[in-house]
Amino acid sequence: MNLTDLPGLNYVPVLLLMTSLVPGVLIFFLRDEQVRLRTVLNVSGAVAKVGLVVVLVPPIVAGRSLEWRSPFLPGIDLVLRVEQLSLLFLGLSALLWLATTVYAIGYLEGSPGRSRFFGFFSLCVTATVGIALAGNLVTFVIFYEFLTLATFPLVAHRGTPQAIAGARTYLVYTLSGGIVLLAGVAWLTHLVGPVEFTAGGAQQLAHLATTEPRLAQAVFVLLIAGLAVKAALIPVHGWLPRAMVAPAPVSALLHAVAVVKAGVFGIVRVVHHTYGVEVADTLGVLLPLAVLAAATIIFGSTLALFQDDLKRRLAYSTVSQVSYVTLGIAVVGVVSTTGGIVHLVHQGLMKITLFFCAGLFAETLGLHKVSELRGVGRRMPVTAAAFTVGALGMIGLPPVAGFVSKWQLGLGGIEAGHPWIVAVLLTSSLLNAAYFLPIVYRLWFLDPGESPPWEGVRTTARRLEAPPSLLLPAVAAALFALLAGLLAEMPYSPLEVARKIAERSYLGL
Amino acid sequence: MTREELFLAVGAGLAVLGAARLLLTRDLLTRVLALNVASGGVLMILVALALRGGGPDGPDPVLHALVLTGIVITVSVTGFAIGLVRRIEGDLTEGGRR
Amino acid sequence: MNDTLGALVLLPLGGAVLAALLPRHGPWVGIVTAAATLALALTTAAAVYRSGPRHLELAGWGAPLGIDLRADGLSAAMLALTAVVGVATTVYATGSDAASGRPLFWPLWLALWSGLNAVYVSGDLFNTYVALELVGLSAVALVALGGRDAYPPALRYLFVAVLGSLAYLLGVALVYAEAGTLDIVEAGERLDGATTAVTALTATALAVMALGLALKTALFPLHAWLPQAHAAAPSAVSAILSALVVKASLFVLVRVWFVVFGGAATPGAAQLLGILGTVAVVWGAVLALRQPRLKPIVAYSTVAQVGYLFLLFPLATPGLGEAAGTTAAQAAYAGWTGALGLALAHGLAKAAMFMAAGTLALAHGSDRLTDLRGAATRMPMSTLTFGLAGASLAGLPPTFGFVGKWQLLQASLISGQWWWLPVLLVGGLLTAAYTVRVLGATVNPPDAELAPLAPVPRRMEWAALSMAALAVMLGVSSSGLLGLLGVGAPVGGGP
Repeated sequence: MNLTDLPGLNYVPVLLLMTSLVPGVLIFFLRDEQVRLRTVLNVSGAVAKVGLVVVLVPPIVAGRSLEWRSPFLPGIDLVLRVEQLSLLFLGLSALLWLATTVYAIGYLEGSPGRSRFFGFFSLCVTATVGIALAGNLVTFVIFYEFLTLATFPLVAHRGTPQAIAGARTYLVYTLSGGIVLLAGVAWLTHLVGPVEFTAGGAQQLAHLATTEPRLAQAVFVLLIAGLAVKAALIPVHGWLPRAMVAPAPVSALLHAVAVVKAGVFGIVRVVHHTYGVEVADTLGVLLPLAVLAAATIIFGSTLALFQDDLKRRLAYSTVSQVSYVTLGIAVVGVVSTTGGIVHLVHQGLMKITLFFCAGLFAETLGLHKVSELRGVGRRMPVTAAAFTVGALGMIGLPPVAGFVSKWQLGLGGIEAGHPWIVAVLLTSSLLNAAYFLPIVYRLWFLDPGESPPWEGVRTTARRLEAPPSLLLPAVAAALFALLAGLLAEMPYSPLEVARKIAERSYLGL
Repeated sequence: MTREELFLAVGAGLAVLGAARLLLTRDLLTRVLALNVASGGVLMILVALALRGGGPDGPDPVLHALVLTGIVITVSVTGFAIGLVRRIEGDLTEGGRR
Repeated sequence: MNDTLGALVLLPLGGAVLAALLPRHGPWVGIVTAAATLALALTTAAAVYRSGPRHLELAGWGAPLGIDLRADGLSAAMLALTAVVGVATTVYATGSDAASGRPLFWPLWLALWSGLNAVYVSGDLFNTYVALELVGLSAVALVALGGRDAYPPALRYLFVAVLGSLAYLLGVALVYAEAGTLDIVEAGERLDGATTAVTALTATALAVMALGLALKTALFPLHAWLPQAHAAAPSAVSAILSALVVKASLFVLVRVWFVVFGGAATPGAAQLLGILGTVAVVWGAVLALRQPRLKPIVAYSTVAQVGYLFLLFPLATPGLGEAAGTTAAQAAYAGWTGALGLALAHGLAKAAMFMAAGTLALAHGSDRLTDLRGAATRMPMSTLTFGLAGASLAGLPPTFGFVGKWQLLQASLISGQWWWLPVLLVGGLLTAAYTVRVLGATVNPPDAELAPLAPVPRRMEWAALSMAALAVMLGVSSSGLLGLLGVGAPVGGGP
């Protein structure tokens, strides 16, 4: 059956947005106590989205696409398109939204302002889906900025002075990045007209790069500089550790799916689907980007070593890990690109596992610092096991997903004639090990001692583990991270999809 | 200097003086009066222009119509302004008595 | 169909008289009049959009003695904006005496509405003057409803309004002396055709009119009166003043600049207006950031936003008289739709912001930022309204403000006037900054002890939210509105 034959099918992209937008808007009008209705709205929206994505996987991976457009600005359409790359990001956000929703319902039980929280939470996912589906630069910018606005109240949610300060820093960074990006997009639109994302790069850009290479370079720098803020490339990564004041589900979402991924996803779109990797390579802008990404990888990992606060350590780890994606994108070659794109998914799965677990340690036992985690494995074995899976994956040990990405990246570096990339990867992996293994060691092999730090902490129940609604998403995420690595060569695995995307990008070569 | 030019010059002078006084003084009643001087000046310019543009049948009737309307508006504005001034200053003296 | 133009002026005027005669039934007269005027305005806008500009000579006398009504796309858009905001503020004002300012509100507000509509449909310069005076006087009286503290700012506003009108009237007389007609279009044609070199008289006329109207629109450095008057007025009045009244004098300035003085308006003078607008953007925002109270913040925000609107002049003036399809005409058209689209967006967003500020102040008994703690949890609708309106003012996507800003960005790029780019981009950040400052003051830690709130009718919060929602939603479907603004526009090379 041909997908484009069915009438109304082109509204599917809109439907994908609506599955989170409608519950989000409705939830704003609920009272905090209407727990059941809110939960039903949230979960049914999330399940519907996952269902839609699952149905879309086979035809889209086979190479079909769905498109919806409507006039927006003079000469420019609002375009939503489901194709392979958007499907990959879409699948990741749909799955992790479901997991995070379940987690957040348990996490925020009984706390004030829940309707506001879940309302903005759903809007945030809507924005992420919009970013995934955006079919041209202007549509991308719209949802990119919408994401900024929707996440701001989430970071400020707790209302404490630190939360407001963190949220303000976040906003200053992201809005400044947003205007730089907007300047780049406006300029590019002026130069070549509205740019549609095209595998292998848009024709207009190839033309611009030959006629006006300096202008093409300048626009590239503006676009990447704007995106770099959310992608947390140095030197504009500073908001990320400070946004850690947010509640755990928000940190998980910010760091694993929505915000940082929006940044790197944008970089993928600009390099591969706007300029085209070949054009970008001839412009000579890819190597500086790769070097910047490599520097960020080492920098983030090094700083993570010195953080005792668990969430801050994870935050710096994110700074480092997200740049793997950028690194993979900026190196010419199918293997390297595959590695970069697949890490978009893998890093998301692993990092959300780690954040869920960090939230569980904090919620159940009141532990926030690495140094307090002695012997927690005996008290919360399942959580500690999930954390271990995530940590090993981050280091890049097989069979967890992180290994697959790093292997591809290293191979791609050699293939492209940049052996220094292997050195960067090795150094970073050593640093990863240096800041993650001590945690794992503490969890499992140290004795909590006579009076463990969590003694006297009041827990809701005397049972051993965290409540199931919190534990389940963490375990599921860990399992997915494991499966993505084990089944990497199966059809429809993230790696397979990423490889198809990368191959299409190089079709022109 | 013709009659029109004289009217024009005087009108312009009054308008500028009135506007300047309006902006420079703080006393409210003086400001109301300054506003009247300024508007008198502007209307005088209109009269001068009506003379200049007039034909054998006399000055231009359209500009005269404008002047009449302008006078009506100025009168109502002045009334309104004086009402406000009274309220402001009445408040002050009341406060002073207490 | 043509009759709607006259009715748009007479209907609210009749409502005003009725409301004055039946002071107890003011709210009902207001609501019925508002609904009918909205229907008329939307019909007119649809008619202009479908079949082009309207022109009507009342009583068949023609200019200069009769009354000549005209409505092009810009007029229609302003009429519609006035009606939409008018209905929302009318509903809002029925909610509380403190927000409207006692029974006198109704006749004054409906008279003001009539004046606004008259400004937008008037086809000649003198009727415009009369309409501007009606707007000015009723606006001042409305400010005075704010009570004792509002009298001094109201009087100051009166002086400014009358002074501005006098300058305008002087310009009208000079134009008449030069062109021999008061009809806006005819005067433009004669001034344009008669002179290749601009006479001193024409230049003076343009200068005094621009000065007077800039004063009434509160362009920097002539803005000092606005924050006081808009902050002292009752909330419903503040919304009307900031959203609608400043637009009326801007509208007249646009008409005069582009239609009457198309030939005399030099790019140099246009650049000057743009530069003053730029200073206003920065200065207004900086002062907004320093105010300790909510309503002055919103009022200074108006000073800043008015600055943006003046970018119209440098961006559209070079395209005057250029043939369609040329670069200059394209840039001018983008600048025209952008700046005037921004004016519409500002109308909606600012009305929402002042109404939200009003409900917050009403419930908390004060509009000091330090007293608003907890509003985010206890009055989420008003807080959300404020935030959405701020996002539109800052030009963040997907709001209507973004559409306007994008058009202005394109206009700057196409015309090569790159120096406006940083203004547009950084100005948005400043707007976001003061919006966030307010939002930051409304949140509270979960355990904070908060004073009890005074009750606020729900419809007031809904009225405010509806305007903010409209400012956001129009962004997603803006092509119709931008097209309407282009109907009969003097730039862009269109017919």
